[in-house]
Order: sequence, then structure tokens, then C-alpha cells
Amino acid sequence: MQQKSKVVLVGVATFVLLIWALITIIPLYWMIIGSFQDSAASASFNPRFIPDSWSIAPYERFFNKTNAFRWLFNSLFVSGVLTVTNVFLASLAGYAFAKLKFPGNKSVFWILLSTMMIPSQVTLIPLYVLIINIFSLGDTYTAIILPSLVTVGNIFLMKQYMSSLPTSLIHAARIDACSEFGIFYKIILPIAKPGLAVLAIFTFVAQWNEFFWPLLVTRSSSMRTIQVGLASFKFAESTDYGAIMAGATVGALPMIILFFALQKYFLQGITVGAVKG
Amino acid sequence: MQLATAKPKPTPPAYRRFLRDYGWAYLFILAPVLLFLVFTLYPVISAFIMSFQKYNIMKSKWIGFDNYTYMFQDDIFWKSIKNTVIFTLATVPINIIITFILAFFIFQMKSRWQTFFKATLYLPSVASGVTISLVWLAMFDPTSSGLLNTFLGWFGIDPVIWLGQSKTALFSLILMSYLGSHGSGIILYLAAMGGIPKSLYEAADIDHASGWTQFTKITWPLLKPTTLYLLVTGVITSFQVFISVYMMTQGGPNFATTTIAYLIYESAFVFYDFGLASAQSFVLAAFIIIVSVVQFKFFSSDVEY
Repeated sequence: MQQKSKVVLVGVATFVLLIWALITIIPLYWMIIGSFQDSAASASFNPRFIPDSWSIAPYERFFNKTNAFRWLFNSLFVSGVLTVTNVFLASLAGYAFAKLKFPGNKSVFWILLSTMMIPSQVTLIPLYVLIINIFSLGDTYTAIILPSLVTVGNIFLMKQYMSSLPTSLIHAARIDACSEFGIFYKIILPIAKPGLAVLAIFTFVAQWNEFFWPLLVTRSSSMRTIQVGLASFKFAESTDYGAIMAGATVGALPMIILFFALQKYFLQGITVGAVKG
Repeated sequence: MQLATAKPKPTPPAYRRFLRDYGWAYLFILAPVLLFLVFTLYPVISAFIMSFQKYNIMKSKWIGFDNYTYMFQDDIFWKSIKNTVIFTLATVPINIIITFILAFFIFQMKSRWQTFFKATLYLPSVASGVTISLVWLAMFDPTSSGLLNTFLGWFGIDPVIWLGQSKTALFSLILMSYLGSHGSGIILYLAAMGGIPKSLYEAADIDHASGWTQFTKITWPLLKPTTLYLLVTGVITSFQVFISVYMMTQGGPNFATTTIAYLIYESAFVFYDFGLASAQSFVLAAFIIIVSVVQFKFFSSDVEY
């Protein structure tokens, strides 16, 4: 009885999962297929599901009408810098909160953590005034980067992760008269590598996909990130769906490649510091 | 520490010992604390002050509670609250059920297929909100040859003007949320399912407990922390739904998809009424803080911080 119902369950599960996998993948498939079919002339966007002809004309139009290479570089640069700063500062602070004793450890950590409850909409306007009007940083990389140098969420993740590392190593190093930074740099960082890799990947993807803040603080086309550029292209060329799909593909492809290259980290990484079930 | 140095006769040993023992630790958290002061604490205070002002870059004017009274008398504000609440109630519970069912089914698979389905269902999560919105905009094409309308056509249903009419616009965004990626939730559920000791099920088998009983008595209760986590993060995220609205409907037609986050954006960066936008943002903050505190009450016994 148990065996039979298990077979039925696996059968139903396979069927449902295949259907749902198809539903999940269709939008991306549709985007890529659509980007290789020339639909500029037609009023509506209806690429054939299995294309009979291929064209790179949508890509030519997208790259000719935009600063897309510059946008890609901007995104790469901003995401790269923020990945480095977040990994360094979050692991340093996470380590301090997890392993070092100092007056105020708990209270400072809780104050930082409680700010995660404040939605970004509250701080965005004063932040905008601060960066644009007071610091006069409008339309610069600094403006995009500065407020996100390290996020509280990342510090929290690193604190969780660092707590699971063995404390005995740190004691041993302290007896060997390593400085505290020496301990962090020479002992903690090497054994924390898997956690740092996950943090780096998720930060990079999140920053690559970040939209609203770069939208607010950039004015000129050459300072836009790829996400902001894509949005501006959509509002400028709202009828050229082929080229819009080409742009959407250009923006998403680096992340899709990254996902396939580092699948293991993506699929296990989320559970770092997550709820204990 | 600065106070200690300023005193005429500091006690060097104690002061030095303090620095030696804790100096590094404070140095390690210095950058996040400074960033917090400048980019979080100052803005929150500033936003609170702004919400009582007619904001002007040169000289702001105090207007007491005018922004708040205007806001609460504004039909569009209430409409945006209604839209946000409908969107949240319609998406979050059903998305959790979808996520749970998919994770439960994947858990029944052999490990190679688990990896395949995890990867496939997770993949769209790496695409940005902008990309996903652009693709769905194309799929919601209102003509009969649009992707979704073609699909409806197979069942003899007339084309729908998805985003173009008040009746269906918000529903379209909800549909998009259902059919979006549930990848990260699935992975969290799978990790939690893997953490349930097999011995519990073996004991239940010995007692001849049915599959359904095992599910309701073992699986579901032990996954409660994950479910609550997804519930709370889901509610917080959907309270702030913005990119799809900005990219696809601009809050329209006729404010049918104006969410609270979009309304704040419009007040602030279309009409440049920073005072009103700040007042509106505090309403959103109140919602989210209430949800977070409720979360904390539920969670404190289940999660180790």
C-alpha cells in the first residue's frame, strides 16, 4: 500500500514539476527567441515559438541607438566595487559581532539589525537630498556606490556564518601573539571562504539588478547602469519589441551565465544564515 | 574614549588596557557604524522632519500636520493602500502554497532530478525586475496574437486587454507574481525538509500512520519556521512592490495599479513634494514594522540569532 502510493506520488510530482518548469522557463525562452526575430515592422510582438528564421537586426538596433556597452561597463564596475566592499566590511564586522567581546557588542548589533525594518522608501528622499544637493555627487559612480558600501543584511549573514566557525583557532592564534587583524586576515578569512564566496555572488547579482537608486542619481546616458538604461530604452522605443527583448537579453545574460557557472553556490548559498527548520 | 583623553589626569593603564582589549573590535565595526549614522539614522530623522514641512531645497516651511491631513483625505492614497493590500493578500499566501507544493514534490525526486528542478525553477530569479517586467509586458500584449491571449484562444476565450483596463490590470500583476520564480523559497523549504530526522517518519510507519497524518503531524509543523519566514519576507516585499508597476503600468489605468511604493515615488520624484512623500513613507514603514514585530514574536523561540 505504502509503496504503491509512493509511486503514484512520484508520478504526479514529476508531471507537475515538468509543467511548472516549462511555465517558469517560457518567459526567458520567449525573450531570447523574440530578440532574434525581426518584428520592428509589425504592430504587435508575436515571435514564432519555434523560429523559422533568425535575425540579429534587433541587437543592431539596440546597440546602435543606445550606450549599451557603456551601461554594461557601468554595471560591472559598480557591482564589482560593491561586491568587494560588502564582502570585506561585512565579514570584518560580522566577525567582530560574532567572536570578539567588547562593551556594546550586542546593543550595536541589535540597533543595526532593527534598521532592516525601515523600508528604503523612508530613507530614499533624504538620501537623495544628501547625495545630490548637499554632497553634489549627482551623476557620478560615487553617488551610486556610497550608500550601499555595506548592507546590514550582509553583516547579519556574516555574523551568522562566523558564529559557526571554531573559536579554538582564534585562541590559539592569540597565544601566538597575532594581532586581531592578523587573526582575521590570516586565519578567519581562509576558513570562511565558502561563506564569502556566497556573499560575493549574491551581492554581485543583487547590485547588477539594482534599479531604483541608480535611476534616481544618474542623469546622463553615459552614467546609467544597464537596468536604468534598459528602462530608458523601453520608454523611448516602446514599439520596437524586438530591440527591447534584445536589450533585456543583454542585461540578463551575464547573470544567467554566472548562474550556470556557479550553480552550486546559488542553490546552497541561500541557506547560509537562514532559518533553522 | 575621547572624553577620557580630554581629562587632565587620565589613568593610562585602564585607558590603554581598554584600547588594547577592545580597540580592534571597534575598528572592525567602525565603517558600518559610520555608514549607519550618515545613510540610515540621519535620513530617518530628516524624513521625519520633512514630513511636517513644505519641503524646499532653499528654505522649507513648517506646516504641522498638513501633509498627514492631506494624505488621509486623498482618495488616491486610500486607493493605493487598497491596491497594495489586495496585491499582498492575493499573492503571498498562494505563492507560499505554490512554493511549498513544488518543494515537497522535488523532495520526492532522486537527487539528480532534485538538482535539475531546483536549478530550472531558480533560474529566473537571477534576472532583474526590469528584465522580467519587459518580458511580461510583451507577453501581456493585448492583441489576439499576444502570447497569453493566444493561449486563452486555444480555449475559445476572447483576448484580454491585460494591463490596459482597470478591471484586469492589478490582476495581471498578481498573475505575473504567481508565475514568477519561487526558487529561493523552494531551496529554503528543501533545506528544512532535509533537516527533518528520518527516524520520525520511521516511527510513524511503525505506528501505521497514513501519509497524510505524517504530513500534518510531522512535515508541516516542523516546517513552520520556514513558512513564517517566507510569509513575513513575502509580505514585506509585496508591500513595497514597485518595479513592475513603474515599468508596466505607471500606476494606471486610472490608478488601478498605484501601490503605496509607487505613490511615494510619484509624490517625491514626479511632483517633487518631498514632505508629502515622507509622510506617505512613514505609513508604509508603520505597516512593515508591525509585520516585523509580529514576526519577531513568532520567531524568537525558533531562530537563533
